[in-house]
Amino acid sequence: MTQTLRPATAPAPARTLRARVLWLGIAAGVLALVIAASLALGARDVPLAVVLESLTTPVPGDNDHQVVLQQRLPRTLVGLLVGAALGVAGALMQGITRNPLADPGLLGVNAGASLFVVLAISILGVTAPAGYIWFAFAGGALATVVVYGVAALGRGGATPVKLALAGMAITAGATSLLTLVLLTNTTALSTYRFWAVGSLAGRGAGGTADTIAALAPFLLVGGLLAFACTRWLNLLAMGDELARGLGVNVARARGLSMLAAVLLAGSATAIAGPIAFVGLVVPHLIRPLTGPDYRWILSFALVLGPALLVAADVIGRLIAQPGELEAGLVVALLGAPVMIAIVRRAKVSGL
Amino acid sequence: MTSTPALAPSHGTRAESANAVRRIVGELARRRRRRTFAVLSVLSGLVLALAWLTLSWGGNAAAVLDYAATLTGGGEGIGDFRIGTLRLPRLLLGALVGASFGIAGALFQSVLGNPLASPDVLGVNGGGSFAAAFAIIALGLTGPVVGLAAFLGASAVATAIYLLAWRGGVAGYRFVLIGVGIAFAINAGIGYLLTRSAENDVRSALVWMVGSIGTPRWEQVAILAAIVGALLPLVVAVRRRLLVLQLGDDLAGGLGARVEPARLTVLTVAVALAAGATAFAGPVAFVAFVSAPIARRLLPGATPAISASALVGVLVVLGAEFAGQHFLPGLEVPVGIITGAVGAPYLLWLLATGDAQERSA
Repeated sequence: MTQTLRPATAPAPARTLRARVLWLGIAAGVLALVIAASLALGARDVPLAVVLESLTTPVPGDNDHQVVLQQRLPRTLVGLLVGAALGVAGALMQGITRNPLADPGLLGVNAGASLFVVLAISILGVTAPAGYIWFAFAGGALATVVVYGVAALGRGGATPVKLALAGMAITAGATSLLTLVLLTNTTALSTYRFWAVGSLAGRGAGGTADTIAALAPFLLVGGLLAFACTRWLNLLAMGDELARGLGVNVARARGLSMLAAVLLAGSATAIAGPIAFVGLVVPHLIRPLTGPDYRWILSFALVLGPALLVAADVIGRLIAQPGELEAGLVVALLGAPVMIAIVRRAKVSGL
Repeated sequence: MTSTPALAPSHGTRAESANAVRRIVGELARRRRRRTFAVLSVLSGLVLALAWLTLSWGGNAAAVLDYAATLTGGGEGIGDFRIGTLRLPRLLLGALVGASFGIAGALFQSVLGNPLASPDVLGVNGGGSFAAAFAIIALGLTGPVVGLAAFLGASAVATAIYLLAWRGGVAGYRFVLIGVGIAFAINAGIGYLLTRSAENDVRSALVWMVGSIGTPRWEQVAILAAIVGALLPLVVAVRRRLLVLQLGDDLAGGLGARVEPARLTVLTVAVALAAGATAFAGPVAFVAFVSAPIARRLLPGATPAISASALVGVLVVLGAEFAGQHFLPGLEVPVGIITGAVGAPYLLWLLATGDAQERSA
């Protein structure tokens, strides 16, 4: 089973420590540039000097300062948190299921969150985006619990194949119900279609800070747990039997890793709506740079996930002026060619 | 490693133990054949029962029998309209669509060696959806042209994935990753169309994209039947190559199989089936994805289980059709909305109760 799931390519060579640190430095540099661009560029370009000034000595009433502090800073922060959460969750998911197609949506997070948001709109009449947060989080978490429960029930426990299949099955079932509600409820359709396109702007309607504050504990716990699980993920990558032989409690390792993934992905979806692709592509971007060690993969994901998502947001602001394209759309439209290029150029590293 | 006690009698010649092994292997093969036969029979029986239920629901048993009699020269013609014009074409189109998606999913998942790699996950169906949504929303088209657009969209996406994955050959792994990448991009495109258009257009595009059988005319049934009929011999022909391909590229090549042409043939047949069904019913959600995993769990080891996948596909579509027409009074629900709800719980149940001796594809 693991044999057929594994690609016939050789695993990426382990890099030397110096090469990895160098790459991490470069990635951090890219992220800094992207953040600067995100604060400076948009419908109204603000010179970098003014951006700095607005951060250090804000002048109330100054238009440029206003734009930077009240619009660009919040969405940049949202992008940083969501991007990091999605990138790390994606790497975790690919490690847990040992499937290169795994992304945070695979275990039903997005489908469960979407279904609960639509039910909240149609049954409870919730229409303010701020009200969706807890429904999205609960839906994503519940779906993942069901996925893991189903996969763990059968003989042999939660194997990668069963997890992946159960996740897609939940997605299929939830999508069916969701579409049924959308076709019978006009309000739900008109509100949901805008939520379903993940975006960094206008989430929480002025209460971005509240949203982030509410979910920060989950993000923090998820992140710490994720890094605590890296040692297990490295061993699980060698196959369940070998990991067990080396003393890993496979069920507990996989369960805790999934808990971390769902805390991160659920929070990200609650903040920004379902954003595809970041979680899928970031680990694939990283593996050629780091090799298969999950400690490094997760560290890189913390930097490159935000860089990718915030960059997509900036591009979305620039290419569709005077309006803007949502980051969720841009990241998929521009990410796909990048991913295809990576897949074509390099031997994709095995899992 | 020493020989297994069960297979090596303590006192007996080498010939005797060889015979014993042969007997056990023969017995296992017989059991598997029996199980395959039993599963296929039960599935066929369920399909027939569901077909009868669909046709005769609402006190129309007499009309169905009368229509059957009409076909053989007798009958009074009371079933002509309701059965012959409304229900039977719909039933047949549903069955054809289900079988096509079921087979397409089984072929994709087997040849690419990944249980998630069905045409609906890889963006082939998504290509159909996007083309249809574009035709409806941006070009204002309706009717059969939308189906044609969907067919072209699905085929174009499949071709694009194959060409992009080509690098002196198409590794299944590369094909799958590129397919998923394209699927995400297409979903973003659909999301763009849906957020930038009038709500009415969005609604009709959504109905189309979710997949529905509607009330087809006999010509439509005939066209899809002809497509499926032309492709079935090819499916039978590629089945053998599929078994060789599953050994992995290196081993298959070592055994003298021409891996690349074999894979291209299998994928072409599968795409033609999926695109053909999409043209008539829309990209009915998840039929291609759930059918083969269910079939493989009913027939452990018998990969790629094409006939069983086809029958499961038919059952999922007909079951969803039946539920959609009768379970919610006053509301005719498109089939694609229910397929996920029909197939998914069963797959989950199989996963929760099944044994661990599964294969990934």
